[in-house]
Amino acid sequence: MGYVFLMLGYLLASVSFIVGLKMLSHPDTAKRGNRLAAAGMTIAIVVTIFLYEDNGERLGNYGWIFGALFIGAVIGWIAARKVQMTAMPEMVSLFNGMGGACAALISMIEFNHLVHETFLPHLPLSEETLSGTIGQVPMTQVLVIMLGLVIGTVSFAGSMIAWGKLNGRVNDFSFRGLQLVNILLLSVILAFSTYLIVRFSTDSAAPGIFENAQTAANSFTLLFYLILVLAILYGVFFVLPIGGADMPVVISLLNSFTGVAAACGGFLYNNKAMLTGGILVGAAGTLLTILMCRAMNRSLKNVLLGSFGASAKSGSRSSEQGSFKEITLSDAGMMMAYAERVMIVPGYGLAVAQAQHICHELEKLLTQRGVEVAYAIHPVAGRMPGHMNVLLAEADVSYEKLLELEEANQLLPRTDVVLVLGANDVVNPAAKTDPASPIYGMPILDVEQARQVIVNKRSMKPGYAGIENPLFFGTKTSMLFGDAKKVLQELVATIKEI
Amino acid sequence: MYNFLLWLDAYQEMIYIVVLMIFLGIEVIGRVPSVLHTPLMSGANAIHGVVIIGAIIVMGKADPENYVALILGFLAVVLGTINVVGGFVVTDRMLDMFRKKRH
Repeated sequence: MGYVFLMLGYLLASVSFIVGLKMLSHPDTAKRGNRLAAAGMTIAIVVTIFLYEDNGERLGNYGWIFGALFIGAVIGWIAARKVQMTAMPEMVSLFNGMGGACAALISMIEFNHLVHETFLPHLPLSEETLSGTIGQVPMTQVLVIMLGLVIGTVSFAGSMIAWGKLNGRVNDFSFRGLQLVNILLLSVILAFSTYLIVRFSTDSAAPGIFENAQTAANSFTLLFYLILVLAILYGVFFVLPIGGADMPVVISLLNSFTGVAAACGGFLYNNKAMLTGGILVGAAGTLLTILMCRAMNRSLKNVLLGSFGASAKSGSRSSEQGSFKEITLSDAGMMMAYAERVMIVPGYGLAVAQAQHICHELEKLLTQRGVEVAYAIHPVAGRMPGHMNVLLAEADVSYEKLLELEEANQLLPRTDVVLVLGANDVVNPAAKTDPASPIYGMPILDVEQARQVIVNKRSMKPGYAGIENPLFFGTKTSMLFGDAKKVLQELVATIKEI
Repeated sequence: MYNFLLWLDAYQEMIYIVVLMIFLGIEVIGRVPSVLHTPLMSGANAIHGVVIIGAIIVMGKADPENYVALILGFLAVVLGTINVVGGFVVTDRMLDMFRKKRH
């Protein structure tokens, strides 16, 4: 009877994941979609704890399970509640890493268990257990354990590096031949895993052929942990050389990795909820990754092999490109107050300064004066796709004012003043003119088409991807240095006085 | 080749689910506006936290004498729960900012 309810619970969970994800892709239903998926997850967890049976045996260790659930829930809840809007991308990366680590740990325990069951069923060893009465371990079982281990570990290690990069703890790092090392690492992992899978399955058919089953068990375990270490290395080297502009793509990709790792667990336990949830996220995440790559006019392969960081080194050669001019606050205020159309280009600098509210205030003030104000949102502005949308939505900026890349580019030639707030690479004309630039080919916001460009930055330092921006030295461009929040406050005060 | 067909036969139910879910995942995401990319990624991140079920099973089946398995399983459940709870709560918070404005 319990089994029926278990199946029903998993079915409800699977349906809630699918419908929830669907609802998440529409603004009106997104919030309900998220809660629906959360409800489905709760059902899946509850039925697993109380109704799961393995060969007629219920689960044990309730104290451990509830303790872990409680600790995890408290940590997750507090982390998610306390995190700043600016740190949201790091948080997602961190949570993703936790999921990957969870999948890898499951594989570790299952593998250890399998080794014991197969080669060391009882200690001390008896003749009977060594003669292969346990039966051969199916290759598929070892395969999904290894897949869960490798994919989960790569996702965990990669997410940790992505997290460190986003909050500035880890710097871009690359050396000649790193790509080769990566390919080599991946090949070795594949070769070792294949060997382990085939050998384990074959040997398990007759563990009795070993003079010492303990030795066999030890060597398999050793190989298993060697693969774990290699997978950690691969995850680290995989993300390390990739520049900041690619982080959104990397997080999205690792997100789909973790989905696949979770699905491996579904295969292992013949669990439909894990399988549907995992594959769903794996497929959706991969598509999202490809869409993002397309927005930057780069192939997924190009991102995967980490060539961005390598070429970025050569791209940032010339530090002196001419002179730039500064503009005073009152001139900038005047320019905007008497413009017909103003376009605001937000970037990560706006997020760091937490200047979204004051930015909205400036927009309202200008609108009251009859200026047409809109925001130009580049798909990869900030450190995550949609980062700017979330940030501006927090400040109550209405949807209609947020223009996507193509819309904004159509309007830019008819725009009087462009105000760039802490954005850099997404307005870098080198993407169109300089084939040597690492971002060459990426669609950008053509702000130089507007009559005047005011760029707010903290200093002349190049952006997150470390690439010089010729826009700053253009004849139409004026620089307005300072923290975005402070500058905007002063701009608002200036315009109020006009 | 024959072995592969046998394998397909043995796992055909699972393989059907995998294939259908791949199409479904692509279909569901296909028409998402870019405004929702971040919350969607975060929501998907919470959903793959379903790996917690595996962690609970592993924990519940562990031999109470086997401390290595118990500790690793405990860690797996903690990490999985952080993924699930944190993921859904963070998504909920992001989506709070998309609430319809009162005029």
